[in-house]
Amino acid sequence: MTTPSIKQGKVTGIISNLVMAVSDEPVAQNEICYIGLGEEQLLGEVIKVIGKDIFIQCFESTRGMKIGNPIRFTNDMLEVTLGPGMLSKIYDGLQNDLKKFDTLFLRRGIRSDALDTESLWHFKPLAEQGQRVHAGDWLGEVIEKAIPHRIMVPFKLSGSYIIEKLVPEGSYHLNDVLAVLTNEAKEKVEVKFWQKWPVKKTLKAYSEKVRPFAMLETGVRIIDSLIPIAEGGTGFIPGPFGTGKTVLQHAISKQAAADVIIFAACGERANEIVDVFTEFPELDDPHTGGKLMERTIIIANTSNMPVAAREASVYTAMTIAEYYRNMGLKVLILADSTSRWAQALREMSNRLEELPGPDAFPMDLTAVIANFYARAGYVYLNNGKTGSITFLGTVSPSGGNLKEPVTEATKKSARCFYALSQKRADQKRYPAVDPTESYSKYLEYPEMQNYLHEHISPRWTEMVIRAKDILLRGREVYDQINILGDDGVPLNYHVQFWKAEVIDFVILQQDAFDSIDAMTPIERQRFMLEHVLQICQMEFDFKGFEEVATFFKRIINNLKQLNYSRYESEEFNKILEDQKLIINEKRIA
Amino acid sequence: MKYQAFQPIFHKITRINKATCELRCNMASYDELAIINGRLAQVVKIVGDHVTLQVFSGTDGIPTDAEVIFTGKPPVLKVSTDLAGRFLNAYGKPIDNGPEVQGESLIPTGIAGIDLNNTLVTGQKIPFFADPEQPYNQVMADVALRAKADRIILGGIGLQHDDYLFYKNIFENAGAIDRIVSFINTTEDPSIERLLIPDMALTAAEYFAVDRNEKVLVLLTDLTLYCDALSIVSNNMDQISSKDNMPASLYSDLARLYEKAVQFPSGGSITIIAVTTLSGGDITHAIPDNTGYITEGQLFLRRDSEIGKTIVDPFRSLSRLKQLVIGKKTREDHPQVMNTAVRLYSDSANARTKLENGFDLNDYDKRCLSYAKEYSEKLLAIDVNVGIDDMLNTSWELFARYFKKEELTIRQDLVDKYWKN
Repeated sequence: MTTPSIKQGKVTGIISNLVMAVSDEPVAQNEICYIGLGEEQLLGEVIKVIGKDIFIQCFESTRGMKIGNPIRFTNDMLEVTLGPGMLSKIYDGLQNDLKKFDTLFLRRGIRSDALDTESLWHFKPLAEQGQRVHAGDWLGEVIEKAIPHRIMVPFKLSGSYIIEKLVPEGSYHLNDVLAVLTNEAKEKVEVKFWQKWPVKKTLKAYSEKVRPFAMLETGVRIIDSLIPIAEGGTGFIPGPFGTGKTVLQHAISKQAAADVIIFAACGERANEIVDVFTEFPELDDPHTGGKLMERTIIIANTSNMPVAAREASVYTAMTIAEYYRNMGLKVLILADSTSRWAQALREMSNRLEELPGPDAFPMDLTAVIANFYARAGYVYLNNGKTGSITFLGTVSPSGGNLKEPVTEATKKSARCFYALSQKRADQKRYPAVDPTESYSKYLEYPEMQNYLHEHISPRWTEMVIRAKDILLRGREVYDQINILGDDGVPLNYHVQFWKAEVIDFVILQQDAFDSIDAMTPIERQRFMLEHVLQICQMEFDFKGFEEVATFFKRIINNLKQLNYSRYESEEFNKILEDQKLIINEKRIA
Repeated sequence: MKYQAFQPIFHKITRINKATCELRCNMASYDELAIINGRLAQVVKIVGDHVTLQVFSGTDGIPTDAEVIFTGKPPVLKVSTDLAGRFLNAYGKPIDNGPEVQGESLIPTGIAGIDLNNTLVTGQKIPFFADPEQPYNQVMADVALRAKADRIILGGIGLQHDDYLFYKNIFENAGAIDRIVSFINTTEDPSIERLLIPDMALTAAEYFAVDRNEKVLVLLTDLTLYCDALSIVSNNMDQISSKDNMPASLYSDLARLYEKAVQFPSGGSITIIAVTTLSGGDITHAIPDNTGYITEGQLFLRRDSEIGKTIVDPFRSLSRLKQLVIGKKTREDHPQVMNTAVRLYSDSANARTKLENGFDLNDYDKRCLSYAKEYSEKLLAIDVNVGIDDMLNTSWELFARYFKKEELTIRQDLVDKYWKN
């Protein structure tokens, strides 16, 4: 390959972070460029070309930029560097390592390396000299934190290659050459620990993508028990502000049964991210006993950082996830919030004077979102191993209106829908996921049902449907009681209402800040759902509706205390004994 | 503004709008300040040699041959401790007849609706959502005076002149004037100037917080008027507006301000409390809606007609950062007591619906209603001024008066410890 000459251009116009330019050289759509502003080099991306006018979105503040400022085009699209050492890093949307900046305020135009260039890794070969390999095949591995991190054939290669040389097991520096590959045309490729990949291109170095069939355990009861998300599945959480999106996502990120968790904080509140920075290193991973931060990568693009970098941050997160998936790992991405990303698209579309779609969002919004969600999934790799990316994004619907364009567009792509309800949040029924509005399409998948029956209980889907019916019935009779009055409905209506309340208080509601209640393993969830459904099936003898309420409030209080106590502990069993006494007071044998 | 030697002066204005004007010039840099016939303006768009200037005091009277001088600098504020006790305008110039300025973490407020249910933390940003008729200026002044902050910076955006005098008097009378710096744009001033006030206030705040390690409290009132000014400028620049005629960049514009709130490791902090006035309590409007997604919670003021007082609405109000302190820096029962108190209050709302629909109330409904009234009066009303432990004790007293232990669903060990017989 010949290195193209340096391509130059000049600034001809500025509107906020949209920069207009001209160049005598050819430029490509989405090509990355640097705009020189004195000492500073500001990163930009080509987003439109008309005749000789080039439109660039600048990822940094354009304050002080002038007509005639020089531009250098790079020939590359926006890329991330993939290699060992990414776990427990905190990056911005452009993969700058934020911990390497020691200043209080992020200065414009400064960069930092994504990986630690001086780091030393113990490499163990997984392939042999003379072996035929393709892009994404495993050449060797290093242990990154507790995770086997595979060093793979560069994804950019096409066709088959022979391993001409592979270093023996030993310690090597990040930039050492580990292998040399050749193809039929005798082209030689050197493989190092790291490689690069353009963020907006889907990384497809696997053999096939299948329908998700296994459940991803989150420890959150309302999700696992009633609205489960599949490993390799997609879901989204829309909700007005203040309904607990962030708390729910944090809970999932702390507890989910995944090997790698990528937290894309996109246009998020800076203080909440600082909170994640300070809190995560302290927390233990409930699955491995290590520190949570060791399996986590945070991509932080707070709402004060330039809008264009917000768009980059979700793509950066997805690309890093695809890289780890190709090592045969379970990856979970949490993005908060995809609405901020859509707004970034809108701001740019607006400056480009494109004809607007609904609510001034760009017309291709639905397609952009669908494309992005489609990058998640459960895959079989070339070597027969499996890997997955589960994607869970939040949406911040403007005005809490679920008919707005971003929510609508996302609903078409995501298979799980966790609607957060303002009313439940007002009543402090957290997590405020609405049990009747929300759904998981995976529950209808036969392969998922098989999995649940094998791994949890043979009657699991039946139980889940029954619990949902009781909740729905509870809501219906509640409306009736409100219309007709306590006296105006049969006594049985009150019983049905309160049975739904038991499920609501005990299964759905969960205290994310209580050390025990915060996380419920699936075995305990099975016990609780079976137990509560048993109570719901019992017949009781009541004299009047006031007695119904008093009785069930005692049951709820008892079951709540159960949730606060350690599973199968002495205290736990004692609470169950107390419960029998309360139940027997009213139960018809 | 003084003229300097050898500064190029431009004379040919090619386009004039209500808030912006355009001229041909090839030396402007983005965001820099310019002076047009003595008025301050800022570069907001450059396309080729066409430069668009946003004129802060309005373009009325600007002729097509106006003199334009570019300063080569973005807006700056001269900062020093001399700022303390001063009232300045949108350009950082004194309006209190004083001399020119020379260059050089838990926040208790005593208001239970805030301290108990929505505890504030240093470095937080939180707005009051209030209808214009509500006494938000009084509440802001109360918070300012009670909060244990080293420095208070008031940014008055489109403040009524009467309210400006209210703040001035109340700060002077409380003897707190030394701690306070005010940047004021009143309704008498041009509306585009309002865009400068938050920047000025926050720049001053950064100085006190970073250079002097002070706990700074920034009060901004009213950001709805700031957003209105944004929409005027964007409209004049022919931008396509999004929801409610607000610019598409509204979220980013507001975030840029609010994200200045921070707790520095060195001890200094900037806490922002702002007012966003609503129209008829509508929080789905683009301004409160975007604000709600940026700020760490919001405080709602509502008139409780039953007790005849303004209360901090426990349903819609929220402090996101309270989790950092409640039950840790405050008493252990704080989180559960707070949630239970609000849940019982929401049960009273159901009872009230029943009452309005003409149904008989059961015993629990009646207890809820009586509880709600007392809860509102003793804890939610904004004239309450007590310590947090007292608030928690009052809550337990109310629980014991109106409810049974098992109706609380609070963790048993806390009930055993704090239940008042």
